[in-house]
Amino acid sequence: MSKKILLVSRHAPYGSSTAREAIDVALAAAIYDQDIGILFMDDGVFQLLKDHQGKYINQKNIDSMLSALALYGIEKIYVHQESLDNRTITTNELILDDLQLLNSIDVGHLLSQQDQLLSF
Amino acid sequence: MSTLHTINKSPYAHNALSSCLKVCAMNDGILLLEDGVFGALISAPGAQELQILIKHGANVFALVNDIKARGLEEKVAPDIKLIDYNTFVQLTLDHRCVQSWY
Amino acid sequence: MFKVGIDMLLHNPERDIALDKDGYLINLSDWNKEVADALAIQENILLTIAHWEIINLLQEFYREFEISPAMRALVKYAEKKLGPEKGKSIYLLQLFPPSPAKIASKIAGLPRPTNCL
Repeated sequence: MSKKILLVSRHAPYGSSTAREAIDVALAAAIYDQDIGILFMDDGVFQLLKDHQGKYINQKNIDSMLSALALYGIEKIYVHQESLDNRTITTNELILDDLQLLNSIDVGHLLSQQDQLLSF
Repeated sequence: MSTLHTINKSPYAHNALSSCLKVCAMNDGILLLEDGVFGALISAPGAQELQILIKHGANVFALVNDIKARGLEEKVAPDIKLIDYNTFVQLTLDHRCVQSWY
Repeated sequence: MFKVGIDMLLHNPERDIALDKDGYLINLSDWNKEVADALAIQENILLTIAHWEIINLLQEFYREFEISPAMRALVKYAEKKLGPEKGKSIYLLQLFPPSPAKIASKIAGLPRPTNCL
């Protein structure tokens, strides 16, 4: 039976491997037909900015990898609105246009509805 | 069912606790551990919000080993429950999910 | 990232090419069409136009997403780019048996999938 799993990704890309690890877990779990969602919050929202050029620091582009989520059947992608606002990021600066924007109360509800939380 | 939030970073240096407080539900549990226990201090950033959550029914815990190790036992805010490792394990069982803020 | 040792050599008219223990190219820059043909022969596959269409598709996938696709993603991508007839597991399976995403990625010179469990 598939579990309802939410990955909570709260860290900026590249500075540590945390962001990348969340994506790897998402793609791997999707292969096993699990019910996966991803929430981007705090510095995690920086992962969603367009036009990364990771080659300058010998890294793969996180934004490119995130664009593949839909092909892996991961369609529930949530973003914490306040985290965007605090960083003066607007939604038209983001990759992926089917993001669901959530306020803090919505995030609380989302967390409480899961079978498993994975914190990154 | 409620969520257990664990925080292991000092609120003086990180936003882990403040982010948790934004989304934490009234019937959730919050566990401060490692450097997160500095959030248990009466004067810590977020201390007022923690007290408000406690008044509304949330349970706030701090790992006593980490509190004692840092010499903080006398400085802990009221109504924050000091727990040992065994109780920590029990808490993870009593809540539906664990979200770790780090 | 970790370094992998050379476990095999692919014999090629110009020079031998280093492969890891599962037959993936160690230096992706070694890839060219002749190398692809040689890699395919190791998998008992003779590359036709239909094969090349998928190889090109995989390379396009990698340029776009920087990951070597799992089967499900490859099927969806093929459906999107080549149409529903080719966006089917069975079609890809006939071309690259027994494990299309893995074998076709290898022949296309993509890095080994990091998330292949």
